[in-house]
Amino acid sequence: MSQSFKTTLVAAALASCAFGAHAQGAPIKVGFMLPYTGTYASLGNMIENGFKLYVQEQGGKLAGREIQYFKVDDESEPSKATDNVNKLIKRDNVDVLVGTVHSGVALAMAKAAKENNTLLIIPNAGADAITGPMCGANIVRSSFSNWQPAFAMGKVAAEKGHKKAITITWNYAAGAESVKGFKEAFEKGGGTVAKELNLPFPGVEFQALLTEIAAQKPDAVYAFFAGGGAVKFVKDYAAAGLNKSIPLYGPGFLTDGTLEAQGPAAQGMLTTLHYADNLDTARNNAFRKSFALAYKAQADVYAVQGYDAAQILGAGLKAVNGDIAKRDALTAAMHKVTVDSPRGKFTISPAGNPVQDFYLREAKGNNNEYRSIAVKALADPARGCKL
Amino acid sequence: MDLATFLVQCLNAVQYGLLLFLVASGLTLIFGIMGVINLAHGSFYMIGAYLAFALAPYFGDWFIARLVVGVLLAALFGYLLEWAFFSFLYRREHLQQVLLTYALILVFEELRSILVGNDVHGVPAPGWLAGSFPLGELMSYPWYRVFASAACIVVALALYWVVNRTRLGMMIRAGASNRDMVRGLGIDIRLLYRVVFAGGVALAALAGMIAAPLSSVYPGMGGSVLIICFVVVVIGGIGSITGALIASLLVGFVDTFGKVFFAEYSGVFVYLLMAVILVWRPEGLMKRGF
Repeated sequence: MSQSFKTTLVAAALASCAFGAHAQGAPIKVGFMLPYTGTYASLGNMIENGFKLYVQEQGGKLAGREIQYFKVDDESEPSKATDNVNKLIKRDNVDVLVGTVHSGVALAMAKAAKENNTLLIIPNAGADAITGPMCGANIVRSSFSNWQPAFAMGKVAAEKGHKKAITITWNYAAGAESVKGFKEAFEKGGGTVAKELNLPFPGVEFQALLTEIAAQKPDAVYAFFAGGGAVKFVKDYAAAGLNKSIPLYGPGFLTDGTLEAQGPAAQGMLTTLHYADNLDTARNNAFRKSFALAYKAQADVYAVQGYDAAQILGAGLKAVNGDIAKRDALTAAMHKVTVDSPRGKFTISPAGNPVQDFYLREAKGNNNEYRSIAVKALADPARGCKL
Repeated sequence: MDLATFLVQCLNAVQYGLLLFLVASGLTLIFGIMGVINLAHGSFYMIGAYLAFALAPYFGDWFIARLVVGVLLAALFGYLLEWAFFSFLYRREHLQQVLLTYALILVFEELRSILVGNDVHGVPAPGWLAGSFPLGELMSYPWYRVFASAACIVVALALYWVVNRTRLGMMIRAGASNRDMVRGLGIDIRLLYRVVFAGGVALAALAGMIAAPLSSVYPGMGGSVLIICFVVVVIGGIGSITGALIASLLVGFVDTFGKVFFAEYSGVFVYLLMAVILVWRPEGLMKRGF
């Protein structure tokens, strides 16, 4: 090895030491792993925009630190999830991971985040396991667990005096978790779930099951579907005339973002979620105005979840004065924060899931309008979490 | 299950089967007669559905006119597509066909995303078919579903007539069994293939247009019908229209009653049916070209 090369190496090493000492000044690297293509593409964009909006409102910095963004499209494809998350963790060396929408992908991210001890904030995916058996001190969710809105709906359905319900969903993890949450609250309230119907994901041929519902004559139906499947189910349910005699309930995902496509079929439908389009609070109005100004688009629940993910990170960084190396203090602060969210104030459970109010909403025009609080400060039971 | 419910379920099965037939018949024409593995067939179904969505504002209640215009556009599109891409594929391996048609799926999905966006959209059924009639105590059955089934039966009969009773049909059947002999007899097989391909695309698009008011239009809707269509084509016998009809109805019944009686395992039955039939008759139920 030539002398000059050695000198260069030493100089480089010294330089990197120097940089290390001034890490305070370097930007914090935030890695978005979100769906930018495919069915969930619009959700990914909403989350990213929400996150960036909060950072912009703080002057482009969190706790005095610049934020540098990295992006990977997860395509909502669980089989590529581990490779994709490693691009952010190993290649880009991000300090914080933010993602994602699809639960299968999010579970892989949680696993990778635990193995590499990387901070992870989940802005949507509702898999119960993430804040259950998979929970970790470095993992926080800014959205919900599948159990939560379902439990709230089960409570409302029981309070309305319904005794016999039928559930229907796709035969996959999120559907099963949602049905479980509904059943738990509904049976606690004195009702019984007579039958749990399901069909393979993402099938949309509901006619046979609707006939089965008509034959069973329940007092209420609880459905968990999303996207195109939700639109078709709600329309088929109304076309079969069942909405006249048997009320259809569901978590907010059944109607959120798809009311226009569902048209008259969805009008008057009651759903539960941690957000409602016309939540008339100063906080929400300010947020919606700011979002509309920045992006020329109406904010939705996904934008709120992205926004709150940034708030949680901001609170953590603030507690350690922007020194991200103080991990224990940082994660502890992220769990202790009270988030002043557009959805209403909420806290974080020890397992890392929001403890938040769930609203009963009614579909009116193209909005899911706030009706009442279904359950106040609902905490996920975090079954299987050893924190 | 009482008799009334059973009969309604049979109706559901027939209706699902008929709609499946409409999509699968185009695939069996292209796959069976031209020997092209066309993974993009689901995309043609999607294009049809989005055509229905895009054309709806211009036609209002002129629903049949909308269908006709859509089918003509789709056929023209298929004709051009065959000329530009598929005509180079007949002598190539299946792998290259799979690659091209898979690429087409990606291109069509991306175009859809750019042109229409990623939202779910409802497509209104025509006013004169908007109502429904009561069926059993609680249920009613939308007239549009009856119309969809009737349209599928009309198309099935028309296809049967064309393939079995016309000169064009004779050429198609001959082309399916022996390409070189047909060419030897002085028939322009390239033109014949182009017409068959355009017809196959038009059938898929028609299915999409008819299904659109029932299913809404949404990203990735083509992918979900593609696999079940291949199942139908394989069960029915590759290249057989009659086989596709029988197979569609079989799949419709198995799927419907599988869901009702064995909800947990309902995804399996259709594939089980395919496996059993392939063991029993490896070539599928019917012979090519019939």
